[in-house]
Amino acid sequence: MDFELETAQNRERLRRVVIDPVSRVEGHGKVTLLLDDHDRVREARLHIVEFRGFEVFIEGRPYWEVPVMVQRLCGICPVSHHLAASKALDRVVGARPVPPAAEKLRRLMHYGQILQSHALHFYHLSSPDLLFGFDSEAGRRNIVGVAAEHPEIARQGVLLRKFGQEVIRATAGKRIHGTGAVPGGANRHLAVEDRDRLAQDAPQMVEWSRAAVGMIKRLHRADPGLYDTFGTFRAGMLSLVRADGALELYDGVLRGRDADGRVLFDGVSDQDYRSLICEQVKSWSYMKFPFLRAFGPEQGWYKVGPLARVQNCDFIPSPLAEAERQEFVAHGGGAPIHAPLAYHWARMIEMLHAAEVISALLGDPDLLAGPLTAEGAHAREGVGIIEAPRGTLIHHYRVDDDDLVSMCNLIVSTTHNNQAMNTAIRAVASQYFDGRALTEGLLNRIEVAIRAFDPCLSCATHALGQMPMVLELAKADGTIVDRVTRG
Amino acid sequence: MTKQFLFDGQPVEFEDGQTILEAARAAGHYIPHLCWHPDFPPHGSCKLCIVKAGGRHVSSCALPAREGMEVESNTPEMNAERRALLQMLFVEGNHFCPSCEKSGNCQLQALAYELEMATARFNHFFPDRPVDASHPDVLLDFNRCIFCELCVRASRDVDGKSVFALTDRGIHKHLVVNAESGRLGDTDFSVDDRAANICPVGVILRKRVGFALPIGSRKYDGAAISVVAMKEGE
Repeated sequence: MDFELETAQNRERLRRVVIDPVSRVEGHGKVTLLLDDHDRVREARLHIVEFRGFEVFIEGRPYWEVPVMVQRLCGICPVSHHLAASKALDRVVGARPVPPAAEKLRRLMHYGQILQSHALHFYHLSSPDLLFGFDSEAGRRNIVGVAAEHPEIARQGVLLRKFGQEVIRATAGKRIHGTGAVPGGANRHLAVEDRDRLAQDAPQMVEWSRAAVGMIKRLHRADPGLYDTFGTFRAGMLSLVRADGALELYDGVLRGRDADGRVLFDGVSDQDYRSLICEQVKSWSYMKFPFLRAFGPEQGWYKVGPLARVQNCDFIPSPLAEAERQEFVAHGGGAPIHAPLAYHWARMIEMLHAAEVISALLGDPDLLAGPLTAEGAHAREGVGIIEAPRGTLIHHYRVDDDDLVSMCNLIVSTTHNNQAMNTAIRAVASQYFDGRALTEGLLNRIEVAIRAFDPCLSCATHALGQMPMVLELAKADGTIVDRVTRG
Repeated sequence: MTKQFLFDGQPVEFEDGQTILEAARAAGHYIPHLCWHPDFPPHGSCKLCIVKAGGRHVSSCALPAREGMEVESNTPEMNAERRALLQMLFVEGNHFCPSCEKSGNCQLQALAYELEMATARFNHFFPDRPVDASHPDVLLDFNRCIFCELCVRASRDVDGKSVFALTDRGIHKHLVVNAESGRLGDTDFSVDDRAANICPVGVILRKRVGFALPIGSRKYDGAAISVVAMKEGE
């Protein structure tokens, strides 16, 4: 399954089906399917059609500008880029460690980011599919439809996201594209009034996050035939973990497991990521395909993000989320859960963890006072790795003698999941498409599989809701034989 | 008896030798400007201080006030001209405010807000202007130069070093460094020079400072440049 549907033989004789653009994901991509005369899928590809070029235009810029410039990659998770770059540049300015106030402010900002992004993805982007069904009327499958039918769920989703964004505003200065972190630390303390206001709302956020885990758990258990098998494929997992094996999203060491859950490597420093990971380029997508160097491109691909993280760690260091993790692991019966739809369950466990971490951190006096930056012997290179909402995010910079960036390598979360998403859509296409006439619901299944990974396809623009979509089935000579439109 | 002229319909007193801009400021009236600085003689290059006097468009920083003169400044016509000048300055360089460390402290940006510049209007030139980071303490980002020559004047007239100059003409005009290599690191420029601390935009920057001062607490974040400039005398 992994690669057998990547490139069909005799491609010119097959019919081409295109889903363009993929909707309710961040960024712009398309899916192409090639079908034979018996409507069997022979090729399925997720193409990323935007080219960004950040790695190149960062070069030649002063390093202290980078955390602010590079976060413009994304409007959903700018904090992740902001912090990954800052962490990499902490190495350059010799700030190891940064002062406690800065470390905790950044951590608070990051967990605010995790909370708001997970809420956005679950409530705004995915809950319409999960609550109404994949074949439901397309016009209803959006957050407005959810608000009409489940007003309390929609309200909680909106307010959870708002809370996360307020945490970001209080620590970074703005809800989107703030400037809180600088190489070597942070540039502001948390204001007492912000602390008090957030602390007042935090318990409610924990409760609503618990309810969200409960909801996805009920949906999962109500239809295990769907949730456990839809687009399922086996793959290894990569994430940061804390040195003691705890779930850790801000700073840690790299750990990888194979598809059976066996630890392949552990305790690898973020500075050594290149000893583990290579990237492959394919002619049909602007997104690279990373793989584990030791296993090669065909065997070494893996998945990242909530499903990987929740199963890669040994425990979650907050009580409510840890109880939920144990229940999740028990659902797998001792084996790793690979079902793409289980990403939603794992994501909500992480959202609960984020709410717990924020709640606990807000009581820490270090956020309010103390030195904000540190500096030591400067270095010419640094790597910063963070667990962004969508998965492991790697920023790597080299800086020349004049303080200008001479090399930049970014491996964003969605890139790690490139092969995994392609494999998922091939699994769905094989499960649901073979020999059937095209319908809008069928089409949506491909997108449901992609959405489970919460991809940020350009890591820039948020394409939300009713994107216009045309699905055409054409003969090899170009004659249109079937056409479905939406939006 | 003191002499007066009319500024946007209001009487403004002046002394002989005062320019329109100086007299207007002394009376509490702000006129937008970029190349003018209270510590330096009028330069008249940016034209942002353009006013209508006696039916003619003139640089208020350079024209002496005269008895009975009628001056129009804060009018839709004058502000539209200033906005067009700003738009030309923006497209001529590479001004990416979202990642510029001068954001919030930049007079060009603050004036764009003041004069409600909502679009670039003209095609961007996207010039290729590499930065000069050769100096240990100061970065030169030529992308943002507006040719006000404040650094040229400060270095020559105050610091006595003549580190900077403008070269070429017209659209090819650009800022250069007075060294055989053309690099700032090969001059006797110092971070404490007046020229190092006078750039109204983000060309001459102290290295390794960046965003240490949060966006939101910067000079023009809390109040418009028309208020800040009058309060701080700039």
